[in-house]
Amino acid sequence: MKTFSIGGVHPAENKLSAGSPIREAALPKQAIFSLFQHIGAPAKPVVQKGDKVKVGTMLAEAGGFVSAPVYSSVSGTVSKIDAVIDASGTRRSAIFVDVEGDEWEETIDRSATLVTLDQRPDLDAKAIVEKIKTAGIVGMGGATFPCHVKLTPPPGCKADCVIINAVECEPYLTADHRLMLEHADEILVGVELIMKAVACTKGYIGIENNKPDAIALMREKAAAHPGIEVVPLKVKYPQGGEKQLIEAVTGREVPAPPAIPINVGAVVQNVGTAFAIYQAVMKNKPLIDRVITVTGHSVTNPSNLLARIGTPMSLLMDECGGLPEDTAKIIGGGPMMGKALVNLDVPMCKGSSGLLIMNDSEAHRPNVQPCIRCAKCVSACPMGLEPFLLATASAAHNWELVEDNMITSCIECGSCQFTCPSHRPMLDNIRLGKTTVMGIIRARAAAAQNNK
Amino acid sequence: MKHVISLSPHVHSGDSVQKNMYGVCIALVPALIASVWCFGLGAAVVLATSVAACVLCEWAITKFILRREVVTILDGSAVLTGLLLGFNLPSNLPLWIIIIGAVVAIGVGKMTFGGLGCNPFNPALVGRVFLLISFPVQMTTWPVAGSMGYLDCETAATPLAVMKYAIKSSDPGVLRQLPDSIDMLIGMTGGSLGEVSAICLLIGCAFMIWRKIITWHTPVSILVTVAVLAEVMHLVNPAYASAEYVLCSGGLMLGACFMATDYVTSPMTHKGQVIYGVAIGVLTVVIRFFGAYPEGMSFAILIMNAFTPLINTYVKPKRFGEVKK
Repeated sequence: MKTFSIGGVHPAENKLSAGSPIREAALPKQAIFSLFQHIGAPAKPVVQKGDKVKVGTMLAEAGGFVSAPVYSSVSGTVSKIDAVIDASGTRRSAIFVDVEGDEWEETIDRSATLVTLDQRPDLDAKAIVEKIKTAGIVGMGGATFPCHVKLTPPPGCKADCVIINAVECEPYLTADHRLMLEHADEILVGVELIMKAVACTKGYIGIENNKPDAIALMREKAAAHPGIEVVPLKVKYPQGGEKQLIEAVTGREVPAPPAIPINVGAVVQNVGTAFAIYQAVMKNKPLIDRVITVTGHSVTNPSNLLARIGTPMSLLMDECGGLPEDTAKIIGGGPMMGKALVNLDVPMCKGSSGLLIMNDSEAHRPNVQPCIRCAKCVSACPMGLEPFLLATASAAHNWELVEDNMITSCIECGSCQFTCPSHRPMLDNIRLGKTTVMGIIRARAAAAQNNK
Repeated sequence: MKHVISLSPHVHSGDSVQKNMYGVCIALVPALIASVWCFGLGAAVVLATSVAACVLCEWAITKFILRREVVTILDGSAVLTGLLLGFNLPSNLPLWIIIIGAVVAIGVGKMTFGGLGCNPFNPALVGRVFLLISFPVQMTTWPVAGSMGYLDCETAATPLAVMKYAIKSSDPGVLRQLPDSIDMLIGMTGGSLGEVSAICLLIGCAFMIWRKIITWHTPVSILVTVAVLAEVMHLVNPAYASAEYVLCSGGLMLGACFMATDYVTSPMTHKGQVIYGVAIGVLTVVIRFFGAYPEGMSFAILIMNAFTPLINTYVKPKRFGEVKK
């Protein structure tokens, strides 16, 4: 069975909510829409305090090409535009909407009828990308990179395949798994739309073989869609990493930055993104809701919820039996790459794939011991780097050494720290080094530009 | 309510320094049983003294010289150094020499450089080589297998000494004094405690590879290199013992499986470990066949320990997306 070739680890899967069908979460009393729900320029508000909005009304427009608009997921009144601590842990601007009823924009098709590509011959590549851009769709796996940018290849690059990331290699998370089981047809139309948008005829759906039901179902349904192939993958983290997935599926390796997937002819989109694209293009529905897994060993009822973006996490928690007594850490996303949240007031955003509750026995890092140079981090690193070296040299501020040893290739998957017998905080230090080196590279480029 | 805020990853494999160190200790159990089987009381006394002296020495240095909180004492690394040092000694070695060996191994070999993870040389080998040079007579008088006492033992030439004598006298006939190769594999031959049973050491090595404590790269590259070189030499000149004798004699298995694979002093990349292993194999055969000492494993490992930082600088893992030149 296929998988990526370098490194990787096997965290305990803990897919507690895999058997729990997606259910709709209740509407919040107040929804909070961060203007920073994507990578790139923040969105610019187009509403003011007191404005009446409906479900699907634009609240903020894209702030540039690499940016995405934000739509209201509720109907009601804009109460204020103010700062809020969002999932990133920083205080940022957001639009607050007090919820009144549940009134949708008439343009949105709320029926469950499946619209296939054959029924819409009018759609060409340009129209599809435009629709995706207007709908505010970003990478739903958690990276939140604006989707239309990836579908607009730079000059000279041409995609020859679309790869759908249905790997869900993060432990605990089951949102993508459930989405495939319950919305396979819509996802496949979404994949066809992406293929049409980048004008290629080959689509792969990469699924890890811990989801045999999803593999079987998607295979069965994909038979009716020529060009789409389901690729079962051996369970290994971080297979959902874009570069790892491309290698696992096609055998092609994306070179070190600044190279990007399109340089090897691949466009990767998350399975949740494919579903959102279907809804945006075929149902005229902007990105206003998503499936999120609420889980943890102490959680009464681990679930997959279809929740409106902007819903406070506390409300999702209540849907699943409330915050457990022994909660010691709240994580937005999965345990390998998710971010610890300050509290449950944080609103859900476009990239929220999970809400993971860790109890007292799970939340604390054990004491750090000296590095015994066991080289397990080197074996685990999926990018072929030397985490022990990058971490110590970063801590010593030896930026030249870490740059020479390709710190910018680090995908921050955490495999090194996960595997370290001495519990060393390697990734903490590597992040410091990577951020600094990327700053140095930018400054160097700017200086070279000025000297021209 | 305050919650823990820390960066990802938020989960851990559950691996620990202790698990690895004690894992190696468990892997040494078959060899330990074999040595007690062969040398009885002597083996037990030497191993117990060596382990106790190493642990005590680390405790004393941490507490009284470094004046640090004693936390690493039971992480298993001092116990392991003690075991490995003991395995490198003959079963009739006086207690005071063992204690000197332990003090040099832990004191000079490990703590001088900053303790766990900082030592450039394998501490147990530093102790052994120090003793070998300082007390050559006591360190090379090996009891015959089956002499179960401690100090009062019958001694005899080991297979290594026989092999050296064959080379010196250029007489392949001398090699007929060697036990047959099955006996060499199973044990019951003279030598240091951990040198008797090659098969027990291989079982231990397989256990460590299975438990992912070590990878195959270092031991396999050493054993293959030694086997190939020894067999070629044997074909050229029958006075050199054949590969199976070279592999199963002396400290070769112990060195390849347990000493060269020491985390701290071996290279960090698989490619580097292969280079390191091949070089150890070559050096061992060269010292055994052409050098003054009958055994070359300890020297070969220590020499390559010294090259490990260079290997780490020169050999890099295969980077993802690296363009093949």
